[in-house]
Amino acid sequence: MDIPHLMTSGMQGIRTTGDLVARMMYAKNMKLDKAKEYVAKKLGLDTVEIADECIMRDLREELGIGTCTGIPGAPRGIAAKMNIEKLLDIKINSCELFRQQLKN
Amino acid sequence: MAKYYTRSGDGRRIEMSKEEILADIQAGTADAADIGTIPALNDDQIEHLVDIITCQDRVVGVAPGKEVVMTYDIGQLDFTGDNGNSGNGVDMGRLEAALLHERALGADTFELAHSDYSVKPVKPIISMEKQTMEEIQDVIIAPYFYGAMPNMGLYYAPDGPYPNPADLMREFKIDESMAASENAAEHLARDIEYVGTHIQAAGSDGFNFDTTGSAGDADFVGTLRGVKALRKACPDAYINVGAAGESVMGIHGMIDFEGTICAGLYPHQQAKVVAEAGANVFGAVCNTNTSKSLAWNLARSVTFIKAAVEQSPIPVHVDMGMGVGGIPMKETPPVDAVSRCNKAMVEIAKVDGV
Repeated sequence: MDIPHLMTSGMQGIRTTGDLVARMMYAKNMKLDKAKEYVAKKLGLDTVEIADECIMRDLREELGIGTCTGIPGAPRGIAAKMNIEKLLDIKINSCELFRQQLKN
Repeated sequence: MAKYYTRSGDGRRIEMSKEEILADIQAGTADAADIGTIPALNDDQIEHLVDIITCQDRVVGVAPGKEVVMTYDIGQLDFTGDNGNSGNGVDMGRLEAALLHERALGADTFELAHSDYSVKPVKPIISMEKQTMEEIQDVIIAPYFYGAMPNMGLYYAPDGPYPNPADLMREFKIDESMAASENAAEHLARDIEYVGTHIQAAGSDGFNFDTTGSAGDADFVGTLRGVKALRKACPDAYINVGAAGESVMGIHGMIDFEGTICAGLYPHQQAKVVAEAGANVFGAVCNTNTSKSLAWNLARSVTFIKAAVEQSPIPVHVDMGMGVGGIPMKETPPVDAVSRCNKAMVEIAKVDGV
């Protein structure tokens, strides 16, 4: 089921910006067009480019927001999400929990 | 007369002429418009749907820039579950399943799930679920929810503390039946608040309520009351409420959420109360009739979901699993049918996600 849906209309998650658009939908109740425009503006791209793997593969690595291929030393998990917080100007619950657990 | 390969609602490959497909589309959209009191598809939309269904390519797709967001139910159980969940029966850890969805299957969001996939059985093992959530959140990047069905049937005898409303109705104990539903709804709302607030404290991005209303209108109302409590306790939680059917079953008949009687609500009406409860995204459903064609089911489904998208104050992700959203009711839904239903929902119903 996942694959035909992905092939037909999927944003492809961290292969492009599907995770970022989803975050804006859930964090701010933005409908699809508005969420895409918000993410595109933050990235300096248009709404077609943010779903282009060729552009987003390199840009995600450059911004440290996680990639779908294994890159030793590149941010992933909490580190990548902290960079996403800054990029999208939002707070992410798991990052907030991580920060609370740090000792001064 | 030229014939086109298409599908029946049970997944079988059938052949239909263009005229037969057009007639089924017109009948399907008219049925939804009639029972939902919503607009039928117009001539352009019907023509577009005919083009999608008569295209003989195995897979179809949307234009660049028209992609949508995908959310998922049942979490890792699509790999690990049995055929009751269309699972693959492959034993693996929940971490590995989550990361495979994120990095290999292009999932925009994903979720953690208990093998029983219901709110009630999570209560006694909440600490284990919290530990797993914390560990996976450390390494995953995409929004990662906790997912479960409200599944209020588990609160009735013989599985739960309340008598079964259907049994009571058979004995003409109507007041007792309604009281049982109301008590179960209150219990469900308390459990949702308990499980939801605990899992948010473990760093979850949010909660996905799947198949809301499967045990009828009291299940729907109990879930919304739980969502309202969870929203109050966790203002920033991502909350997804997916429905069980195109119409809320009126087993109680009179139970309400904030003054709205929920029995008989259709997707465009469900979306408003789901938003009022505090959800961020609504999962709209239209069920498949296995005796009808793909053309009939998809036209009917697109009509319902289009009205929900237009009237919803929050984003709408249409439910498109086996037997919903026009997709045939089959454990292994044909790829050609899934692809056509998806394209129609994006291009005609204008959904925010799938």
